[in-house]
Amino acid sequence: MTDATLSFEEAMEKYDPVLGFEVHVELNTKTKMFSSAPNVFGDEPNTNVNEVDLGMPGVLPVVNKTAIESSIKIGLALNCKIAETCRFARKNYFYPDTPKNFQTSQYDEPIAYDGYLDIELADGTVFRVEIERAHMEEDAGKLTHMGGATGRIQGADYSLVDYNRSGVPLVEIVTKPIEGAGSRAPELAKAYVAAVREIVKNLGVSDAKMERGNVRCDANVSLRPHGRERFGIRSETKNVNSLRAVEHAVRYEIQRHAAVLDSGEPVIQETRHWHEDTRTTTSGRAKSDADDYRYFPEPDLVPITASREWVEELRATLPEPPAARRKRLQADWGYSDLEFRDVVNAGVMDEIEETIAAGATPTVARKWWMGEIVGRAKNADVDPGQLGVNPATIVELNKMVEEGKINNKMASEVLDGVLAGEGTPAEIVEKRGLAVVSDDGPLLEAIDAALTAQPDVADKIRGGKVQAIGAIVGGVMKATRGQADAGRVRELILQRLGVEG
Amino acid sequence: MAAINRDDVAHLAQLAHIEMSAEELDRMAGELAVIVESVKSVSEAAGDDVPATSHPIPLTNVFREDVVGHTFTAEQSLSGAPDAYEGRFKVPAILDED
Repeated sequence: MTDATLSFEEAMEKYDPVLGFEVHVELNTKTKMFSSAPNVFGDEPNTNVNEVDLGMPGVLPVVNKTAIESSIKIGLALNCKIAETCRFARKNYFYPDTPKNFQTSQYDEPIAYDGYLDIELADGTVFRVEIERAHMEEDAGKLTHMGGATGRIQGADYSLVDYNRSGVPLVEIVTKPIEGAGSRAPELAKAYVAAVREIVKNLGVSDAKMERGNVRCDANVSLRPHGRERFGIRSETKNVNSLRAVEHAVRYEIQRHAAVLDSGEPVIQETRHWHEDTRTTTSGRAKSDADDYRYFPEPDLVPITASREWVEELRATLPEPPAARRKRLQADWGYSDLEFRDVVNAGVMDEIEETIAAGATPTVARKWWMGEIVGRAKNADVDPGQLGVNPATIVELNKMVEEGKINNKMASEVLDGVLAGEGTPAEIVEKRGLAVVSDDGPLLEAIDAALTAQPDVADKIRGGKVQAIGAIVGGVMKATRGQADAGRVRELILQRLGVEG
Repeated sequence: MAAINRDDVAHLAQLAHIEMSAEELDRMAGELAVIVESVKSVSEAAGDDVPATSHPIPLTNVFREDVVGHTFTAEQSLSGAPDAYEGRFKVPAILDED
């Protein structure tokens, strides 16, 4: 069954969206949250586990110190307060993704709380998202539903469980209700998740690969008529696992809610599943607040106390926040907003920084990365930084161009040679015989040949139509296979014809 | 704290995949009721001025360094499983249940 939707524009005319996000971040510690089994993605099923991850009777969990430190760092980067003392709790439920029948999580005592993140939208508008809490928990095992239709849980005959992911440390970041985004809600949703992902990656505490589930987003959406303070009833769309999908899912839910409200029905509070293929959501398990996880403090673990000294020690290790770093670099390099945004979107900001550090000017670094390398990377379907161009190569190529040894066209060819593993730029120039022809002898021969071949053009130039010279220059460049210095060729042609330039 | 009756026990047994006879359900309902009653008496003793205790010893920060230790082979992991398929635990269809 397809749900009715209103157009986004109509939905926005009638209603005001309120958003909320729960973003789960998998930490990249070497071991699990409570066991010493390795935290590794993609291995043979049920081999990165030991008795703790399998919930054997009588085993005891022990907290991973690095995971606590990573969690505190995330809290600090989100401008949160760090709890002086906090505890783990058991969240009880029956589902085969946990062999213990409970997930070890935090309930009323999160390690970090009351923070915020300033999100910059594409046009430079800054929107503050308040963070309610960031708490620690463990990931669950991975279920594969067999039989039935297309691997979905509905109609499955049975399920297979791999507990390798069981016990992987997670930090769940929960926002306060986000009001006032209006029609920018979908854009803000994407920008928020992108900012969280960037922060945890920058901190080095997560691999932050959304396609691997290192960062997963549940998006809450509700609508209310303009001017009303009370929130509408929300839906929670689970596991929206790409930045694009976050934007689409929020947009779709706004359109769906609007149609439900327009029909006079109440929105049902429920979990929705996102389908990337149709870009729609479908109803999952209806979720009422009657869901009772019977939380209680985990008796097998003692409380965590974060002394202020420890917190400050960790704060001192934090890298420059991504947003601040971008501002600093743009100012240092003197790029316009548009130029800088293109550089960021192309994913070459770090590479340009390294190239400038290696001795290139900001203009030269941008010209090479944006003009030459990004396109080649796109063709090769890799990230520009992965193409194999190192900053020293760019500096060397640019120096050759500036000294007039090669022209820009040749430099591009030399770059191809470098990428093909033919050697250093200097070696390639030598091997391929690419040096600019500066000896006037061969040039004059080529000029004479071109003038003889196009006598009418030669006459025009003699008669003062200097702009016709392009045809002759072109002939010379063709004859020298692009290896002549076009400026010098022009001078020589004019000399030859006795015309003032 | 709510009392535990025979239906609650049957429901839990189903969720936990524990097969129980009518006789066992009767007996367990009785035993669990006693336990719940006993816990209730603790609630009566602890007033609002007594903070909740999750651990009897006042310890904090018992940590482990982030160093990889022992693991099981898939065979070891699955050795106690009622059913398995291609190195994974095989469990009954999930949505048919409560």
